[in-house]
Formats: sequence, C-alpha cells, structure tokens
Amino acid sequence: MEPVFAVLTGIFLTIAVYLLLSKFIIRMLLGVAILGNAVNLLIFTSGRIMREVPPVIGAGLDVPAGPTANPLPQALILTAIVISFSFFAFLLVLSWRAYSSLATDNTDAMRVAEPVDAQLPPLGY
Amino acid sequence: MNVTDLTFLALCLPFLGALAAPLLTRALGHNAAWVLALIPVAIFAHFAGFSADVAQGEVVTGGYDWVPSFDVGFSWLIDGLSLTFILLISGIGALIVLYSGGYLKGHPHQGRFFSFLLMFMGSMLGLVASDSFLMLFVFWELTSITSFLLIGFDHHRDAARRAAFQALVVTGGGGLFLLAGLILLWNISGVTQFSALTSLGPVVKASPLYLAALVLVLGGAFTKSAQFPFHFWLPNAMEAPTPVSAYLHSATMVKAGVYLLMRLNPVLGGTVAWQIVLPVFGVATLVIGALLAVRQTDLKLMLAYTTMSSLGLLVLLTGFGAPYAIEAATLYLVAHSLFKGALFMVAGIIDHETGTRDVTRLGGLRSAMPLTFAIALAAAISMGGLPPFFGFLAKEEVYAALSAFDWRSLTFAALAVIGNALMFAVAFAVALTPFTGKPVATPKHAHEAPVLLWLGPAVLALAGLAAAFLSSTVHALISSPMASAVAGEPRTVTMSLTPHLGVPLALSALTVAIGIGFYLGLARLRAGTAALLAAIGWGPDRGFDQAIRGLLRLSFAVTRWLQNGRLDTYMAVTFVMVAIVLLVPPFLFGELARPPIFPAIPLHEFAIMAIAVIGLFAVVLAKDRLTAIVSLGIQGFSVAVIFLLYGAPDLAFTQFMIETLAVVILALVMTRLRLSPSDHRPRRETLPDAAIALACGLGATLLLLKVTEGPFNTALTDFFNQYSKTIAHGGNVVNVIIVDFRGTDTLGEIAVVMIAGLAVLSLVRLRAGSMRRIADNDPDAEEAGR
Amino acid sequence: MKSLIFRTAAPVIVGVMLLFSIFVLLRGHNEPGGGFIGGLIAVAALSIYGIAFGVETVRRAIVFHPLAISGAGLLLATLSGLLSMVFHVPFMSGLWVYPVILGEEIPLSSVMTFDIGVYLVVVGAVTSIALSLEERGED
Repeated sequence: MEPVFAVLTGIFLTIAVYLLLSKFIIRMLLGVAILGNAVNLLIFTSGRIMREVPPVIGAGLDVPAGPTANPLPQALILTAIVISFSFFAFLLVLSWRAYSSLATDNTDAMRVAEPVDAQLPPLGY
Repeated sequence: MNVTDLTFLALCLPFLGALAAPLLTRALGHNAAWVLALIPVAIFAHFAGFSADVAQGEVVTGGYDWVPSFDVGFSWLIDGLSLTFILLISGIGALIVLYSGGYLKGHPHQGRFFSFLLMFMGSMLGLVASDSFLMLFVFWELTSITSFLLIGFDHHRDAARRAAFQALVVTGGGGLFLLAGLILLWNISGVTQFSALTSLGPVVKASPLYLAALVLVLGGAFTKSAQFPFHFWLPNAMEAPTPVSAYLHSATMVKAGVYLLMRLNPVLGGTVAWQIVLPVFGVATLVIGALLAVRQTDLKLMLAYTTMSSLGLLVLLTGFGAPYAIEAATLYLVAHSLFKGALFMVAGIIDHETGTRDVTRLGGLRSAMPLTFAIALAAAISMGGLPPFFGFLAKEEVYAALSAFDWRSLTFAALAVIGNALMFAVAFAVALTPFTGKPVATPKHAHEAPVLLWLGPAVLALAGLAAAFLSSTVHALISSPMASAVAGEPRTVTMSLTPHLGVPLALSALTVAIGIGFYLGLARLRAGTAALLAAIGWGPDRGFDQAIRGLLRLSFAVTRWLQNGRLDTYMAVTFVMVAIVLLVPPFLFGELARPPIFPAIPLHEFAIMAIAVIGLFAVVLAKDRLTAIVSLGIQGFSVAVIFLLYGAPDLAFTQFMIETLAVVILALVMTRLRLSPSDHRPRRETLPDAAIALACGLGATLLLLKVTEGPFNTALTDFFNQYSKTIAHGGNVVNVIIVDFRGTDTLGEIAVVMIAGLAVLSLVRLRAGSMRRIADNDPDAEEAGR
Repeated sequence: MKSLIFRTAAPVIVGVMLLFSIFVLLRGHNEPGGGFIGGLIAVAALSIYGIAFGVETVRRAIVFHPLAISGAGLLLATLSGLLSMVFHVPFMSGLWVYPVILGEEIPLSSVMTFDIGVYLVVVGAVTSIALSLEERGED
C-alpha cells in the first residue's frame, strides 16, 4: 500500500511547491494549505499504512486485540493539523493586511523591509 | 562557613556590591565610596589569610562542580601568582574606589560608575583566581565587557564610544583566540584545570598542536596586554575617567595577558618558540611604547604609552628564559602596579584641580599642591628605578637577568636600556614639569586635592617605599612564592636595597644618565618622533577604523546579495535546496529504492485518491477564486476520507472540521479582496518552477519508497499500545499519546494555537492605513497606530 | 444570512453541535474523539451561529472574550501538569481518582482536565480567528 501513498504524497508536494513558487500571495497561501496535507501524508505513510483498524483498545481489554493502525503518527498529525490551520489563518490575515496596506498582491512589489535602494548602515560611532 | 564557601563569597562580593552601589550612592552621595571600599578591603583581608600557607609553597584549591559531564568546574587556584594578583587587585581596588568617590564627586552617574568598577573588580578577581579553563575565559571576557562599559562611561562623547568599541573588539576578539587556545590545551592534555595542567608541560610541548596552541594563547595575551601591534586600543582607552585608567589600564586588567603568560609559563614556556616570540614582541612594545610616550603632551597619554612599554618589558622577561628573568618579572610587575597607579591618580588630581592635563600648559604647581608633588615625585623615582624605592629593586633584577655576555642578552639589554631611559624621562616629565618652573595660568585655580583624592596615590607611593625597606618580608610573602609559581619550581628572590657593584648597577647608572639626557632634550625628542610618525602617516589605529569600515561595507554587500528582497528568489533557492537534499542521496549514494510493486487497491479507495489529485490540479488551474477555494476543499476532504479509510478516525474528523473552517475563512477574506487567483506567470517562469516542484515531489516519493522499503521498528508503537490502557487508563491510544504520554508537547502546541489566535486578532484590529504610513516612512505612523 | 429556515434551524443545530462537542471531548480517552476534535466542532457550531445571527450575538452568547477562554484553557492545561508537583511525581504525570457518585464510579483525572484545557484553547483561539474575520466581513 505504501508505494501508492508515496506517489500521492509526491503529487501533493509537487503542487504545493509549484504554488509556493508563485509571486502572488494568494496562490502561495493555497500552496501552504496543500503543503500541510503533503507533510501530514508523509508522516502518515512513513508510520506504515494499515486499513480500517483504528488504534483503539476495546472495553475489557488491556492491549489491542489484533494489529491496529500505528497510533504515533496519528498523534503527531492530529496536532499538526490544528497548528497548520492556525498558521494558515495567521498567514491569510497577514496577507490580507499586506494587501490592504500596500495595495498589491505581488511579492515583487512588497519592498518595505528590504527596499530596492537600501542605504549603507551608519559608519560612525 | 568553611573556607571554600567564604572564598566563593569573597569572589561574589564585588558583584553584590555592584548591585548595591547605585542605591548606596543615591543615599550617601560620594561618601558611599567609604562604604564600598570595605568590599575590596574585606576581600584583601580574606585572601591575605592564605599568604602564610602560600609562602610555604602550598597551593590552595577549591570550588564546585559546574558542568561535571565536561569536567568543567567553578574552581579556583590560589598560589603565589594568583595571590599576588588578588592582593594587588583588591588592595589597589580599595584605593581606587575611594579615589573615584572624590574624582566623580557630584557626577549624576556616580552610582553607575561604582557599579561598573565593582563588576570589573569581581571579573578581574575571578580571572586570576580561576583554576578551570572555562572559568578563566568567562571572566576574561567579563573584564573586556566591564572595561567596555567603563571606557564608554562618558557615552555622549564620540571619542569615548569609539575607544570603548575598539577596546571591546580587540580584547574581546583576543578572548576568542584564548578560548580556542584553551580548548586546544584541553584537547592535548585532557585536563581542564591549570592545577592539573602544570605538571603536564612536557606532554604539551611534545604535542604537534603545541605551536597552534601557543599562537592562539599569545593572541589572547598580546591583545589584552596591549603588545605591539595590538597596542592601539590602550592609549585610546584613556578616554575613560582617570580612576579607570589607573586601575584597569595600568595596574590590573592590562596585566591579565601577562598573568596568562606567567600562568602558562611552566606549561608552554622554555621552548625556542616561546623564547623568541615573547622577547621580540616584548622588546618591540617596550621601545615603541616609550618612543610614542615621549611624543605625547597629555599626562594620561604619556603614562598610557609607558604602561605599554612596561607591559612589553614584562612579556620580554617572562619569555626570556635567563636566570633571574622570572624574578625580575615578578618584582617589576608589583613595582609597576604601585608607581603607575599612583602616577595615574596624580595625573587625575592635576586634571581635576587645574582643568587641564596638557603638560605644556602646566607649571609651578608645587606651592599650590605640595602633597601631590611629593607623591608624584615618590612615584616617579620608583618608576625611574632609583633608590630607595621598590622600582629600584625591580630594575636591578631586570638588568641582572639581561646582563649575560652573549649576543642575545646584549641586544636585549641595549634595547631595554633605551626603553627604560625613555621611560625615566617620561616619568620625570610627568612628575616634575607640572610642578616646577614658573606658575602658569590654568583653566581652574589650582589648590590641594581633598583627602579622597590624595589618599590613594599617597598609600601607593608609601607602599613603594616600605616594600623596598622591608624587602626581605615582601620577598618571603610575595615575590618568592610568585616567582616559584611562574617558574614552576622553587625560586628565592633576594634583591635588596643594598647596592651590589656589578654589571646590573652599571646598566642602571647608564639608564639614569641617558634618561637625564632625554629629559633635558625632551622638546627636541618630541619634535623628532612627531616628524617620524607624520612621515609614516599610518598606524594600526587608523587601520582599525579602515578594517571596521571595510567589514561593514562587505557585510552590507553580502547581505544585499543574499537578501535581495525578492520573495520568489528566496523560495526558489529554498526549494532547490530541498530538492537537492532529497535527490542527491538516492542517485549519488545508491540509496535509490527498488522498483515498487503497486498493490491492487479497491475501486472506492482509488476513486478517493483520484478525486484528491483532481482537486489539486483544479487548484492550480482554477480561473477564478471560488473554484480555487472549492478545489482546495475537495483535496482536503479527500485527505480526510483517506485518513478515515486507513484507520485514523480522529484525524479524519479533525481534518473535516479544519477543511470546513479553512474554506469558510478563505471565502470570507477572499471575497473582500481583488486578489488574482489565476496564474500570471509567463511561460519562461512556469517551466523552471514546475521543474523545481517536480524535483521536490519526486524526491519525496523516492524518500518515502526507500523509507517504507525497510522493516518497521515497532518499539514505540508497541510501547504505546501496551501501556495505553494499563498505565494511562485510556482506550484511544492516539488521544492518550496526545494528552498523557506526550502531554508536555501538546501543552506547547496549544500555546502555539493560542498565540496564533492572538496574532490574528491583533492584525485584524490594527487600524487600517497605519501600516501604509509606516510603509511611506511617515513619522506620525507610530502615533497613529496606537 | 437572511434565510428564515436557516435562522429557525440554527439554534437547534448549534445546541446539538455544542452538546456533541462536549460528548466527543469526554469520550475521547477511550473512543475516537478528544479535545482537539471536540473544540473544532464547537467552533463550527459558533461559526454557524455567527453566520445566522451576526458576530455580536455570538460574542454576547459566549460572555467571555474568545481569547480569554483560550487563555483559561491554557492555564487549566498547565495547572493539570503542575498538579503532579504536589504529589512529587514528574511534570505532567497523570493522576486519577475514582469517586463514586450516585452509585456510579466516575473516573476523574488530571489527564481529563488537561484535555478540557486543550478543548478550551482550541475553542477560544479558533473562534477568535473566525469571529474576527466574520466581523470584518460585516463591515
């Protein structure tokens, strides 16, 4: 099963990187959202794939009855999903503010912090 | 309290005093000096208690573990060498604290000054008391930092800021050399403490790394002790208030380099390299410093350059390797601390009372300031090496060390005579010229200094006299133990005031004769050196400025090259690196996975994956916003379904909720904007971007194929499955990992979630328009943003 | 959103969803569920409420500022971890008590309060994000 997931992860990552290489912040944002999924799939796959048996120990048992899906990557991904969403929301608002302040969505035109004609730092004491 | 704790307390005391000093000064004004001087007095008393034991040749060590795994301790070593330094630092320190009380009387930042001064005292004490390498390095850099603070005390003046910065760069940079050198020594010897290193001298000298360690250690010592050509920071440091010059830049800190050389003499010394490098640098510093001193008319600068000379002489003696050389170094070190400290304080008194320290604008002060004159004269006689002062003993011993009949000794002796004669001339130029001759009008009306000012130099001058008369006691308690510690074998110093006819006395007489000649011809000599320096026209001082300026320009250029301000460049570089990291191992190091066997998968699973991929491509190809958002949702939901199908219901539900929320807020924000969702990339950019993206994707696929090819280590999974119910009482293993086994991680993660919420809120609440004004460099922007 | 049907149905849906979110939170230790998922369900409920009746109504309904809820959650989670200090066990060790209430043994634990903290943080932070964006939408 893992080779299929490997290819799927590759496709996710390709699309995410392609979008991130854009100059336009909204496309970069879409890329960030997809990148999160790509990485989650990567973690999920490297923990090995197991069909349909969630890692839940039934009542009255002390250990899982049979083989189950690997719980560790799931725990990692679960928090990662929530954090990448918070991060995504932050980036979304940031780009929206940048757009409303700088009136552009093209990163080439966003040169406030690193202006094209930057001066030498002061040389005196 | 036992001795160990008391000693630790004594080493900490100056730092505690530094905390109290500003408050105390606010309460008592300049009289706080009387209270604060008790700190060094107490330290002096505590360590003087060791002197009887140390004089017997005992070595007192103590301390605590610091980083036991690296064999690093907070440990001290009290032998003749460090004890002498500690007594000088604390003894002169007490006098300097009193002197500062008078010198900076009424200064608005006097409390801060006391604080810095005590911090320096603590650092310097720690430096000389250190047994462990790391502790020595830490205190070494602390003295650089506190020296920076003290030189830059008048921080509103450009010159003071420059001098402070220069001193920090030179001595702090030298400290890094020292650190490297100490690490090498640790590497060679396997010990981290000087007390253990001393006996390993032969091992270190036999090591192939010996020369590297020597050069690095000398890099630290020569910068700290202002050896030519690293001397230029020392005269500039005279921008500091005079108490600082007297304390740091003559009596204590600049001797830290000499201290280091002396401490390592048993380990590194005695080799050909040591006996060539040290004397050559030392004698060059001696002569150049004396020549530069003659050229100055500022009292403090004259003294500063002679300090440089004296440091050169000490380095020369430490490395000379002849009989009596070590003894001469110890005697001269003590004598120099006494007379130079006194002379600096006298210069400060003259400056304080007359308003100038230009020697050409001073004269005839003897009637107005008789006491100061007497002190100055006493110190100058000691500096000139005349009896009956301690300086005479030191100079006799120096010439005893240099007066062998071979070419090496003769050369060095001749150069030393010239240097000493020049210093003799400068000493009397400082001590006689301002006081003799016709009275000259000075900016302030001159009168005798208050007790706080004259007490310090008077005690030092008297100490020079007393030490000479009580030489046998001083030798027994101070000189002999110190010389033994430096030499690494028992030595006895015997020099006394009784003149012994011989070559040393002849050399002394020659020095005095030439010195008197120089003194009388000082004006001509000054003009001559000035003309010589003007002809050279470039020195390390200007070179320093040029180097710093060049560094700034270089870093600016490099920064502009690396950070050109174009986000797409940064992204491209980043992902090219990602692709390289992912693709190089499979193809170049044979890590390529075997061709995978794709299993047959049920139709519904295949359908979901196909939908995910279609959603992905739809995001890229979408022509309008809504399609892009919906497509994003499609791929997200597909991932959720995939999680559900493969045994991760928790993930699936979370993913469903998140994708829903993401689509909602994306729609909310994007409907407000006229952002262009479609791709504006021209084809010449599309292809490289696609290539980078494909390389990354391929790399990830190959990585995963290779990773999943091998057997899976189930240790962690088994652990969680086994103990989830039995220890953590939970059936849902995923949840148990999140809230119990890895609960601390989760705590950090929910903190991140909350911070993201805060950040979003503050960004949303930011008043529209204020950011645009910031962008336009509007000075009112900050105001409006509030 | 002016739809009458939506406005009528919304309170019921929201109520059920909130109850469900707490159910998911509490059963999370033994069955699929937990603080993160429960919190997100609650956020979805509040968002629906906001779309139906406006952000102000939601803010009034939840009484506290969303980020205050989030902060309380973080505090609760931290305290659940610190509780172990009282019992001289390492930070974040799970502590369990089994009081019998109405003849039923109820397992209570610091792990559960920690999960409730997670729930509150997620509810507060994500609601804050959603509400502040919706609010902008109403301008």
